[in-house]
Amino acid sequence: MPPLLQLEKVSIRFGGLTAVSELDLQIGAHELVGLIGPNGAGKTTVFNLTTGVYQPTAGKISFGEKSTARLRPNKLAKLGIARTFQNIRLFASMTVFDNVRAATQLHRAHGIRDALWRGRHFRAGEKTVGSQILELLEIFQLGKFRDSFAKSLSYGDQRRLEIVRALATKPKLLLLDEPAAGMNASEKVELMRLIQFIKDKFQISVLLVEHDMKVVMGICERIAVLDYGVKIAEGTPVEVRANPKVIEAYLGEEIISE
Amino acid sequence: MFLARPRIFLLAALAASIVLGIFQNQLDPYFVDVLTRIGINIILAVSLNLINGHTGQFSLGHAGFMAVGAYTAAAMTMFAGPHILPATAPEFFTALWFLAALLAGGIVAAAAGLLVGAPSLRLKGDYLAIVTLGFGQIISVVFRNIEPLGGALGLNGIPAYTNLFWVFAIAAVTVYVITAMVNSTYGRGFIATHDDEVAAEAMGINTTRFKIVAFVIGAFFAGIAGGLYGHFTLTISPRGFDFTRSIEIVVMVIVGGMGNTVGVILAAILLTLLPEGLRALGGVSPSLNWISESRPLLYSILLIGLMLLRPQGLFNFRKSGKLKIQN
Repeated sequence: MPPLLQLEKVSIRFGGLTAVSELDLQIGAHELVGLIGPNGAGKTTVFNLTTGVYQPTAGKISFGEKSTARLRPNKLAKLGIARTFQNIRLFASMTVFDNVRAATQLHRAHGIRDALWRGRHFRAGEKTVGSQILELLEIFQLGKFRDSFAKSLSYGDQRRLEIVRALATKPKLLLLDEPAAGMNASEKVELMRLIQFIKDKFQISVLLVEHDMKVVMGICERIAVLDYGVKIAEGTPVEVRANPKVIEAYLGEEIISE
Repeated sequence: MFLARPRIFLLAALAASIVLGIFQNQLDPYFVDVLTRIGINIILAVSLNLINGHTGQFSLGHAGFMAVGAYTAAAMTMFAGPHILPATAPEFFTALWFLAALLAGGIVAAAAGLLVGAPSLRLKGDYLAIVTLGFGQIISVVFRNIEPLGGALGLNGIPAYTNLFWVFAIAAVTVYVITAMVNSTYGRGFIATHDDEVAAEAMGINTTRFKIVAFVIGAFFAGIAGGLYGHFTLTISPRGFDFTRSIEIVVMVIVGGMGNTVGVILAAILLTLLPEGLRALGGVSPSLNWISESRPLLYSILLIGLMLLRPQGLFNFRKSGKLKIQN
């Protein structure tokens, strides 16, 4: 079976800086892959390349055997790539419920005309969407906050709301950008369980960028390591942990040897 | 909240405007004059609120769209009207032709909105404001140089078709269309575009489309408001649709609270009444005459005070996440 997401010799340069250089990366269906590396290694740039925020300077990205060249982020979301953001980007003036509702745009059954006429079709559609959203929120124990403003949630809840919002687009591939940042130890354990759970429940692939090695090593089936935009290692958690290049890149950081 | 049941609101408002239209002749002409201007300002403010408030773009060109609509509608009733309608045509046909003229004004203005909306795809905030400002100026210059439309002197002798029925029926339709559209899953796309374009795109929302739709629909209603205005003042000139007119409408949206339809309606009413109120207050006794004379100054001071005390808008009681003080 061909991989779901395939990056072939992808490079991107910003002026003189090569942020990502000749990167090869594959993610199969229903696979959980980790992407790690020191600060500034180019992890978020890989996300931005995959979601169409940046176009690669060289190389080819394909999703489900289709080239993603020149496709805008909203088109890629339509194809099935959803993401969360490192610095949380929720819709600040909307409630928790509406944050998720906005993300169901792709699958709504009505347009302007139905919204103006407000007929039976429209009301039935809105009702279905509403119950689907509540169901999703309940999975993440966010149902009780449905009418609160997104900004009033705790940091951990905001991170989880971002995941709910991304899932509402019904993705095939979910990109999580440091979902554990700012979470305490018990929240991290809960998050690991949750990522596993949504991967199985929604039958999706997950690409995880994360600094917390316990989280990455604990749940990823395969890990790719970036350093200065170059992939220096790839393999199972055990292999990556033992790789001398990886240890060198993380020199002085003990986390890797845990 | 009346916006929760939009269809009932629409029917009630249409019925009320029919009643207003029937009793217009029994009302004091000054009162009718003020009411008409309130209604037109509601249409302008609510439609600009779609662009500046809900969708988060910054347009300073609303008076330009209004001018396009005003000239188009006036041309239809003044020049084309007499050829199509015989002098003895019953009132019903005149009304129908007026409606057609208003719609034509709206459609031409919407086309202008499409033109101005296009740069908004690449420009944000201040930069977009300057482009729309430039658009307003261009419109003004264009009309100043079209001699058949009166050039710099403008058009005189536009038939007095505008009455309270038309003004408030169209105001009701404007409020209905914009709130019904925004308050739907589809409509969340406007708000998402306003809140965070990058996140909205990543969630599959075509922000380009939403911005263009906002400009086109906003301009459409501004064009209709222009048509109503022309058939109310009976004379239009390019100067009447300059930059200060756009600012007036922007102020209504800001005072009402960006994206808050009820607030924007109340602000449109309040800011239309305010100069009238100050004038009336000055007329009470000679010792209060200064109020009447320093109206523009008092108006400006009130606006400054308002922005200092309630920057989120006078009528914005909703606790918006963005405006909440972070603790």
